[in-house]
Amino acid sequence: MSKVEKIKLLKKRYKAERRFKFYGILSVCLAILFLFILIINIFSKGSGAFFKTEILLNIKFDEKKLGLNINSSDKEIQEANFEEILKDALLVLAPKVPELKQAELIDMVSIDAALEVKKFYFYNKGVLNKIAEVPLTLSDDLDQVYKGNFPRDIPEERRRFSDFQLKIFDDQISKNKIVYKFNWSFLTNADSREPELAGVASSLAGSFFTILVCLILSFPIGILAAIYLEEFAPKNKITEIIEVNVNNLAAVPSIVFGLLGLGVFLNYFYLPRSTPLVGGMVLALMTLPRIIIPCRAALKAVPPSIREGALALGASKVQTVMHNVVPLAMPGTLSGTIIGLSQALGETAPLLLIGMIAFINVVPATPIDPSAVLPVQVYLWSESAERGFVEKTSATIIILIFFLIIMNSFAIYLRNKFERKWS
Amino acid sequence: MNLVILSFILFFSLSFFFIGKARVLRLANYNIKNLNSLPEYYGYYLAAWCALPALIILFFWSIFELSIIKIFVLSDFKLDPTIDDNKLNLIFSQIVSIAEKKFSGTIPQNLIPYVEKFIALNKIIELSKFAVLFSAIILSLIFAYRQILKNIKARESVEKIIRGLMFLCATLAIFTTFGIVLSLLFESIKFFTSVSIFDFLTGTNWAPGRAFVRDASVQTANVENVFGAIPLFWGTTFIAAIAMCVAVPVGLFSGIFLAEYSSRKFRKITKPLIEILAGIPTVVYGFFAALTVGPLFRLVGEKFGLEVSSESALAAGVVMGIMIIPYVSSLTDDVINAVPNSLREGSFAIGATKSETIKKVVLPAALPGIVGSILLAISRAIGETMIVVMAAGLAANLTLNPLEASTTITTQIVTILIGDQSFNNPKTQAAFALGITLFFFTLFINVIALSIVKKFREKYE
Repeated sequence: MSKVEKIKLLKKRYKAERRFKFYGILSVCLAILFLFILIINIFSKGSGAFFKTEILLNIKFDEKKLGLNINSSDKEIQEANFEEILKDALLVLAPKVPELKQAELIDMVSIDAALEVKKFYFYNKGVLNKIAEVPLTLSDDLDQVYKGNFPRDIPEERRRFSDFQLKIFDDQISKNKIVYKFNWSFLTNADSREPELAGVASSLAGSFFTILVCLILSFPIGILAAIYLEEFAPKNKITEIIEVNVNNLAAVPSIVFGLLGLGVFLNYFYLPRSTPLVGGMVLALMTLPRIIIPCRAALKAVPPSIREGALALGASKVQTVMHNVVPLAMPGTLSGTIIGLSQALGETAPLLLIGMIAFINVVPATPIDPSAVLPVQVYLWSESAERGFVEKTSATIIILIFFLIIMNSFAIYLRNKFERKWS
Repeated sequence: MNLVILSFILFFSLSFFFIGKARVLRLANYNIKNLNSLPEYYGYYLAAWCALPALIILFFWSIFELSIIKIFVLSDFKLDPTIDDNKLNLIFSQIVSIAEKKFSGTIPQNLIPYVEKFIALNKIIELSKFAVLFSAIILSLIFAYRQILKNIKARESVEKIIRGLMFLCATLAIFTTFGIVLSLLFESIKFFTSVSIFDFLTGTNWAPGRAFVRDASVQTANVENVFGAIPLFWGTTFIAAIAMCVAVPVGLFSGIFLAEYSSRKFRKITKPLIEILAGIPTVVYGFFAALTVGPLFRLVGEKFGLEVSSESALAAGVVMGIMIIPYVSSLTDDVINAVPNSLREGSFAIGATKSETIKKVVLPAALPGIVGSILLAISRAIGETMIVVMAAGLAANLTLNPLEASTTITTQIVTILIGDQSFNNPKTQAAFALGITLFFFTLFINVIALSIVKKFREKYE
């Protein structure tokens, strides 16, 4: 081989080297790019849902129309009808419109607007017989127009609001009667068929109860099982079977646990359907192996000298483990548990099968009330046709990811702060 | 109800912990040297004897309670030969829901006497549960109290109980597996009595919605032909294959780069970032696939004059592939790190470049581990549910075109079992048959993958 050929070959090999390295960088960048696209996509879609548009409407609280007086009790206010004064106030926006258009005017505010007027009156009883400016939630279609999520220039018959509504709406914008503010009701309302009223409170409570049940069941059982397998288990057939089972259960598709819950908890034990109790039990079974495996690793990391020291002082095996080994392994154990729970928090498929997909419009108060959970809420809303639900779905995802980040950072904090390095 | 009993038991055992501790201290004239064990252990001993028998009774009672009530309540219906087991179950669940005032719709009048019987029986059983538990607690307490007065070796007994408890917790994994297999098998066997297993595994027509035609007695032979699961198996494999086409190259190269090329600092930042991809809930990916990737592919397809359905196997597969990247990359990274350095040094010493070393030395050495990690990723892809439910569609197409809708085993399980509350028809049982197929299929892959990885580890560690 001549020298020129050798150099050529060498160049070729170096080129291959650079190419190979480039593929590696490309892949890493690609993976991170996917992550950013995903997150930016969700955030750009969902951040709107944390804000809502309201219309400031001058409402006359007419004593006669309400059938109330200054001394009316709270119960009478509850029973009073506020629809009429609301309708009157809306008709003022466009006087002398034909009957047909009146309905469109009323559709501009959300279905629960009369309730909002009632609530306003409840806290401001002095407005009786006066005119007051009340902020009312707009219908989700106009809300979407305001946020620019829905183009206004497509033909009238293909959108869910009329030219007439749009004209009134623009009119109000120019009068500064439309306000854009933080949407507290998204966090405090339960689910609703109307996008502008739907909130995540019910699914937040449902998720909380589900994870609580899951924690109560899986944490003690998982830790005890891990301690047994790591510290006490004799090397025999039973131990081997248990270990194989734990490892395999960790890789069983989550939906299979849903089938187990359906077949055993619901159809055999008649436990209440759609409840956090059953959901938590199913998730606990699913989470158990995912807790046992990191717990065992944490126990294994405690050096044998600790055990030997305790044993030498006359402690029994159980005392050694419980008083010396387990406390040292606790940071790793806890962070493993939290990560297992955060996976359970994002789990959807098994919960769908045990009926946690029902439409729930009240906030559950106990673990045996039917409820939804955050990821199921995402699924439910993503199946809805209304445009307003798209941003609600993304916003729910943001909340879900927020909790996941908190849980995972807490786990990382525990590990970094308290875990001791034995060298 | 059980919650009240539980808290009672807990309260009792907690108070007996202190009672026991104080009692033995008095017994020993407040000098613990006179005792066989530390005084706490006598407290634990008493508390354990108070709680454990009661808890065990409560547990088994709760399991068998309903079945016993069921036998009594349904004894009249059993005489009727036209009512089979399925119907019995249906009647019973109706009775239960009426009794709990959760029944929606008009209450069938003929069931009302049975509902009353159910409520009465429930009351009796509840009361006797109280009586039995209470006497059990008293009896075991008397026994334990006498024992501690004898100054027994309490620590040894307590430690035995603790070990037993731990063993029980560990065996729960076995029971869970049993529970899964039995509950799936139980319903699947019912399914295979009405549909032959051969038709299920080899049929190419999947349309379980039509199974109800039989009930309308229009066509009797129809039921066998609508449960052919081949399109589902194909859809599952197809989407998983698309996912692997994304995940394997990206994951493999990322893993190699992180293990071999990157600086420690770069790796410390990027590895967790990539692993976030695995921590994002699958329903988020489903939403992303259905609302962003699906329409995007459709738009791009239209530009090139291709017809892309809005729910396509491609969209679901690609997004699933993104989700799986970290499963491949992290395991590859670990496996490559486990390859001993001497192999690399040997290769460098004879003048190989880094990429040549990786390709010719490191990867062949790490191959079993990488294959194992890819197998694990495949099993993850097969069992993945939400992405395909939201983005892959429901049409059971037997197609090679990734731009068409395709359906998977998991999608069908979910669609069958959502909303359909009635339980005893071949359609719902089909979901369990699919479930058991999925379970054994993934189990098979996992066992192979885990054993490959284990063998690899043993080789180098």
